[in-house]
Amino acid sequence: MNSPDVVVTGLGATTPLAGDVASTWDALLAGRSGVSTIEADWVDRYELPSRIAAQLAVEPTEVLPRVEARRLDRCEQVAMIAARQAWADAGLDENAVEPERLAVVIGTGIGGALTLLTQDDLLETQGLRKVSPLTVPMLMPNGPAAHVGLHFKAKAGVHAPVSACASGAEALAWAWRMLKTGEADVVIAGGAEACITSITMAGFTQARTMSTRNDEPEKASRPWDVDRDGFVLGEGAGVMVLERAEFAAARGARTYGRLAGIGTSADAYHITGPDPEGVGQARAIRAALRSGGIDPADVGHVNAHATSTQAGDVTETVAVRNAIGDHPVLTAPKSAIGHLLGAAGAVEAIITLLSVRDSLIPPTLNLENLDPGVQLDVVVGEPRKVRLDAAVSDSFGFGGHNVALAFTPA
Amino acid sequence: MSNEEILQGLAAIVEEVAGVDAADVTPEKAFVDDLDIDSLSMVEIAVQAEDKFGVKIPDDELANLKTVSDAVDYIVKNA
Repeated sequence: MNSPDVVVTGLGATTPLAGDVASTWDALLAGRSGVSTIEADWVDRYELPSRIAAQLAVEPTEVLPRVEARRLDRCEQVAMIAARQAWADAGLDENAVEPERLAVVIGTGIGGALTLLTQDDLLETQGLRKVSPLTVPMLMPNGPAAHVGLHFKAKAGVHAPVSACASGAEALAWAWRMLKTGEADVVIAGGAEACITSITMAGFTQARTMSTRNDEPEKASRPWDVDRDGFVLGEGAGVMVLERAEFAAARGARTYGRLAGIGTSADAYHITGPDPEGVGQARAIRAALRSGGIDPADVGHVNAHATSTQAGDVTETVAVRNAIGDHPVLTAPKSAIGHLLGAAGAVEAIITLLSVRDSLIPPTLNLENLDPGVQLDVVVGEPRKVRLDAAVSDSFGFGGHNVALAFTPA
Repeated sequence: MSNEEILQGLAAIVEEVAGVDAADVTPEKAFVDDLDIDSLSMVEIAVQAEDKFGVKIPDDELANLKTVSDAVDYIVKNA
């Protein structure tokens, strides 16, 4: 059966490094960190041991019109900003695609946690009548997808995969399936997250997953380093415009490259910890290569999930070796942008695609002493110039969700 | 408070909540049909108007306030 190729024609992002894709990419190549000290009062109030985060470089309220911003949760705000950038970058307008052929798939891990907290405070302190009538549409995890869908009048379907830290990647996998099966010609897809707040920090702290390297924020996220002590919570959004290749070619669209294949699997092992052998992760990677018709020998690079936790970082490299081999060169963008949870997979997919396009892999920061369990080549220091016939982006989430995306050049 | 002061106060709330230019909030305008304000925003506007003008606007009354002048008249009568 001949299924259509899936190409990427537009990119959008707002991240801890910058308010757009190009500046984020430049900052990654320059080896800059987006991690800093949290100035909010709740850090002291609850005596949180982790006092650092990868906070947005550009406040959403500086970008969005005032009334639109007040009707959206912060997570929805970043989704809208990234989606508008991607749409404009793709050179689309409302006449370019039939609404019935346009879909939106935007995932989140947590959703509108800030709204839930704010409105619960209002209910407690000022009573029912002060609770916003927009509370539910602001906190629902399908809110980012729904608002983007409404804005662009997407009628082929609006979906919101929720698979913790794999949500953003799963959204892109979902978009790929919709295009492959002919359900849509164009899909706006990605992930959004903005939940740097007391309850999420407290919860992750109690799960013993967060870095407490408070005196050196920029060095706190250090995937694969022997002295890593947990991840750094980040916020932001990444969105791609994906199209059937023929549709994109017919309208003369510029393409960044192809989302050639996708693979998803589940560990069914533990609610937070990965299968220590990485079996499920390897199955997802193999599935991505198989669905993309990619020879493992051609995969020159893996943009790793690597969060800077003891358990996960090494397991992933075992999965990569088993599924692909010892030749892929690794990088871990979370060393620079922290862990964007449900947005991570989408932002990192954008980074992977730019690596394929530019033959350039950004460095992993803070890798001073490589964990001896890692027997693969990791880019450190300067960006690595290497021609890539294919690259894989990994994303895994609490719940045992595994997603791999395989990108190839245009 | 004069009708004009109530109109100005109401217009400020509508601008804050729904982003409609206060100058466009004139007596003959209908909230939904002319000013494009949705039912969720109307609830918020009503709560703010209650606080600002010291009135109660129960849901069944709110449903009858179709135009800006309906709202101003209701506030004048019940404040």
